[in-house]
Amino acid sequence: MASKLTTSNRAGWAFALPGFGLIALFIVVPFFFAFYLSLTNQRLISPNPTEFVGLENYRNLLSISVLSIEPEVDETGALIRDADGNLAYPRVRTFTRDNPDYPQYAGMREWFRWHSGDTAKVVVATDVVFWKSLRNTLMFVLVVAPVQGALALGLALLINQKLRGINIYRAIYFMPVVVSIVVVSLLWRFLYAEEGLLNSILSAFSFGLFEGRDWLGDENTALGAIKAMSIWQAVGFHMVIWLSGLQTISPTLYEAASIEGASKWQTFRYVTWPGLRNTAVLVLIVITMQAFALFAQIDVMTNGGPLDSTTTVVFQAVERGYGKQDISGGSAISVILFLLVLSISLIQRYLTREK
Amino acid sequence: MANVRLRNIRKNYGKVEVIKGVDIDINDGEFVVFVGPSGCGKSTLLRMIAGLEDITDGTLEIDGTCVNDLEPSKRGIAMVFQSYAIFPHMTVRENVAFGLTIKKASKAEKEKKVAEAARILQMENLLDRRPSELSGGQRQRVAIGRAIVRDPKVFLFDEPLSNLDAALRMDMRMEIGKLHQDLGASMIYVTHDQVEAMTLADKIVVLKDGQVMQTGAPMELYHEPANLFVAGFLGAPSMNFMDVTVNAVNDTTVAVSNPSLDRIEVPHKGRPFTVGQTATLGVRPQYLQPAGDGAGKLHGKVILTERLGSETVIEVVLADGSKIIAALAEDSIQSPGTAANFDFDPNRAHIFPETR
Repeated sequence: MASKLTTSNRAGWAFALPGFGLIALFIVVPFFFAFYLSLTNQRLISPNPTEFVGLENYRNLLSISVLSIEPEVDETGALIRDADGNLAYPRVRTFTRDNPDYPQYAGMREWFRWHSGDTAKVVVATDVVFWKSLRNTLMFVLVVAPVQGALALGLALLINQKLRGINIYRAIYFMPVVVSIVVVSLLWRFLYAEEGLLNSILSAFSFGLFEGRDWLGDENTALGAIKAMSIWQAVGFHMVIWLSGLQTISPTLYEAASIEGASKWQTFRYVTWPGLRNTAVLVLIVITMQAFALFAQIDVMTNGGPLDSTTTVVFQAVERGYGKQDISGGSAISVILFLLVLSISLIQRYLTREK
Repeated sequence: MANVRLRNIRKNYGKVEVIKGVDIDINDGEFVVFVGPSGCGKSTLLRMIAGLEDITDGTLEIDGTCVNDLEPSKRGIAMVFQSYAIFPHMTVRENVAFGLTIKKASKAEKEKKVAEAARILQMENLLDRRPSELSGGQRQRVAIGRAIVRDPKVFLFDEPLSNLDAALRMDMRMEIGKLHQDLGASMIYVTHDQVEAMTLADKIVVLKDGQVMQTGAPMELYHEPANLFVAGFLGAPSMNFMDVTVNAVNDTTVAVSNPSLDRIEVPHKGRPFTVGQTATLGVRPQYLQPAGDGAGKLHGKVILTERLGSETVIEVVLADGSKIIAALAEDSIQSPGTAANFDFDPNRAHIFPETR
């Protein structure tokens, strides 16, 4: 039944327009808008006209260098040591503030330092917080992607059995995925609190030896705590993807392997894992992209603190763009994140390509 | 190589009985075919021999030892599946050598055994290909190669040709037959195709509803079917059955007739009959001969002619409304609507007390 409505080209476009328009308005336009804004000095609300500033936003974000500082010496040329025998170094700000001899370090601040012989090597950056957020994000991805992927596979193997009530287990593992990440983050904030459940349990199991600590308030444990909680929250989702991959493997392959006398490990190695190749690529890329987008947990649980130890790239983009109303700086961070994730995904695809 | 003995083998899934007490003896080097309609339990029975299904009751012996509780890999069997079950990510060589890889055999041993299997199956040129580059027949060959390398006491084939097209099926059928001659191993072969059963088997086991209907050599089953089911199952086109009334019971024969069949005397082969009962008479389409006008024992009208080249199959409606098939010589083509009379040798007919 080909009516005029279904054959008319114009009608087809008219039907597509609402969806197409919404996608364009909220995804395509903002995507290109971010590129444009990152090249300007646009602020969220500002009386001044927008100016094109080229790559300055990127320069501010990415400028980083290593400053070598020699220890201070007295008139005889001997090294000055304090009471503990430590060397004394001139302060970094003497190089970075109004020092005409070092214009390249102007406005930079110390991120961290190490010593090479007596020389102190100081890493200085214009935007130390951004670099910290980048490091935190990468550390998060490096831990979460493999651990979450492997745990999800383990769970998928466990629940891919014909047992009575196996669906109950599937539901249990999948439940955290369905709960809003904001709610989960709030609940885990209670778990991690100084008087919270985690400390009580650890204290009980160590017969009081373990003294409670403020997991999210300590810069050494805050990011780790968020990693653990994030892995727990999304592992069920990836478990379901692995499970779907497992169920595409023909049962007769397992029967053939059992007739050949393959052990459990050999069956996994020769039958299951090769059969999961495409699933593995998908899971790896999805987890990586999700991990790079880490935001809600940070926003709810730590706000980037303590001492910027949990700040992330997306958190910085939002903080910059809306908190500080520096929409061009936020856009520049978004563009950098986009290029980062794109290149990592391309590398992953290349490394896992069909040979 | 070994004997396989099944004694009162049973299989239940919950309350459902699928194998209802099966006794089969398979001698060393014998090619045995399990045949039956789908759902008769033939594949289940094979999988029980392989160890892929538990045996609910009864004993299974391979080479004189009870293997009921042995792992599949310890039973000395190799199995070829309908869906080939070859590993898609491995080359043909790796697939064939899979069992040796599992056993951590040396490289030299692997190479020697793979080369041997490839020679037997004439697939030396395929060894470095992947399964996706192979045709269905070649894949099945790889699966058979993997079985050969295991050097099993018993080969198990689960409908190995069902996924192949007709021409290839015939080639592979012949190859499997040749393989059996070359290796001389015991083989158990499951199929629903009676042609495969007839051509390959030393011994056919006809199964229905989880029970053995008859066991014997192919021609024995063809000429002396023990019951109505076996008679109808083997042979193409299948045997004609007619409801007849028993008029008299003699020492070795019974006299039967019906409205479209003149009274004849058929050997009863010891089956019990009583005068007046309704019985079933079976005559193979090949044994019906055309007779002249008014002559012959069966009278009817042609309704359909099928020319197959080597023979002509005609469908005839008899006077009482029932239909029979006759397979005639190639050039005896008859047009629909003409009267047809047939004669046959009563000694080649079968009479069964049961009705259809």
